[in-house]
Amino acid sequence: MVIEHDKMRSLAARMAQPEVRGRSPWADARRRFLRNKAAMAGLVILLLVVLFAIFGNHLAVWSNEELDFSVMGQVATMGQPSLENGHYFGTDDLGRDLFARTVQGTQVSLLVGLVGAGIAVIVGTLYGAVAGYVGGRTDQVMMRTVDILMSIPYMFVLILLLVMFGRSMTMLFLGIGLISWLDMARIVRGQTLSLKNREFIEAARATGVSTWRIIIRHIVPNLLGVVAVYATLLVPLMILTESFISFLGLGVQEPLTSWGALISEGAGTMSYGTLWQLAFPLFFFVITLFGFFFVGDGLRDALDPKER
Amino acid sequence: MFAFILRRLAVAIPTLLVLIVLSFLLMHLAPGGPFTQERALPPQVLANLNAKYGLDDPLWRQIWNYVYGIVVHFDFGPSFVYPDRTVNQLIADGFPVTLTYGTLSFLAAVLVGVTLGSLAAIRQNSWLDYLAVGISIGAQVLPNFVMAPLLVLVLTLWLGWLPGGGWSFSDPSFWIMPVIALSTSYMASIARITRSSMLEVLGSNHIRTARAKGMPERRVILRHALRPAMLPVVSYLGPVFVSMITGSVVIDIYFSTGGIGKAFVDSALNRDYAVMMGVTILVGALTILFNLVVDILYAWIDPKIRY
Repeated sequence: MVIEHDKMRSLAARMAQPEVRGRSPWADARRRFLRNKAAMAGLVILLLVVLFAIFGNHLAVWSNEELDFSVMGQVATMGQPSLENGHYFGTDDLGRDLFARTVQGTQVSLLVGLVGAGIAVIVGTLYGAVAGYVGGRTDQVMMRTVDILMSIPYMFVLILLLVMFGRSMTMLFLGIGLISWLDMARIVRGQTLSLKNREFIEAARATGVSTWRIIIRHIVPNLLGVVAVYATLLVPLMILTESFISFLGLGVQEPLTSWGALISEGAGTMSYGTLWQLAFPLFFFVITLFGFFFVGDGLRDALDPKER
Repeated sequence: MFAFILRRLAVAIPTLLVLIVLSFLLMHLAPGGPFTQERALPPQVLANLNAKYGLDDPLWRQIWNYVYGIVVHFDFGPSFVYPDRTVNQLIADGFPVTLTYGTLSFLAAVLVGVTLGSLAAIRQNSWLDYLAVGISIGAQVLPNFVMAPLLVLVLTLWLGWLPGGGWSFSDPSFWIMPVIALSTSYMASIARITRSSMLEVLGSNHIRTARAKGMPERRVILRHALRPAMLPVVSYLGPVFVSMITGSVVIDIYFSTGGIGKAFVDSALNRDYAVMMGVTILVGALTILFNLVVDILYAWIDPKIRY
């Protein structure tokens, strides 16, 4: 997946244009979004996945920790998905209920995606806005730092961090958060540069509003469109990163699980004929990524109709 | 041009040094040394081990020795887990394999992606266009760790056409699945980028002029459209390269191809810091070098850039 930087730049340019009085651009954007079928489908899919993550456990007959001794050892013949014994998605090779495991994996993966994108939004927006607004040497130093950090092979450094400081969820969040904000900082800085010479900022400065307050109250709210689009596209990237690491067995550890860990298990056991172990986690992984990509693209097109 | 390259190098070299020092400090900060085991070693043994690997020197001297070894001798030091092997040997074992399927994947992604994207743009709104767009949307949710099991499932378990893993330099049937698994999602991205930039170029004035003077369409595209349309693709090559090296970790583990990815994950599971750092730094150096090449290529293709 690629976040097309040209499109992000054109979006930033559009968001920086002075608004023409008349119909509010936000109402316009909402209408365009609601008319976009792919984006609406994506939104519905995402809602369903979230409902599945929240309420899935109430539907499950088995918990994610119980071993079903009646199928243990003969998973290939007796562990297949079945409504009768309550294993809707079948069981894994230890006899644990795959439905409950998938619910758990969905919770963890969505959480990682949202937290990663959340860190990117907060750190990246503030960093980019400060660099862009203050400008001069501060800007030079701050953006050069981002350049240097960007040319570091982050997946390797992330694994390095996880191995050295223990493979915990906190470390995973921290590591993913550390790398996720770099692109956001760049995009926000570009947008801030075009905002900072506008009249309302000048007016604020002339009336003696402090720099920090201008950034928080006047710059950041005007960045929200770009930030929202980019954050939506960032969530699936974070989920991909986490799944990649968990697929290698270096991310989320048992008894916790995530889509990447479940896909890895399924891929490891598929030669025994237990295909459902790969199919169900993969299905949720794929539809969620589609959902986020469609919604993100839809938001971008809605806020920036020129690029359609 | 020469000054431009020098300027880029002036940024690249400090970056690399920062990476080396940073990963060294990380190792130093990590709780527990490289010899922390479940059963604690006797203090004398631990002291001897630390002395042998120079871990009892003051920090600045350790860093200096490490950086000096890498920069001057290209020596990443000994492995902490396998006393008889150096990091260089472990990397040298795996690197040719990674390089082979990595290069093939890169070429496949670029050639197929550019061709597919250009054809889709030239025949906009034809079945070919819809097919290309469909493939590229579908493939972005098929990263290497999803493609790999799916390929093995279909081509090995169901059809029995290809070996499910292993590596041989003489037998290309071992190469096919790693290359497909590694290149698919980037091929899709490249096709997408090529299509949108080609569409933009084809709508521009100089193409209209070329057509108006009666130039054959094939020549218009090859001579006038392809070059400017390649610019966004070229700037995407850097990230593709990095992602492919990263993806090689999955390929090495899933297909047991034995590249540097295997050395990396094995050392991660064994807490063999020296090997992990060696691989990370090597990958970082390759990334920086490749980005330099991409920048030069970009400047060469784009006539608007003056250095």
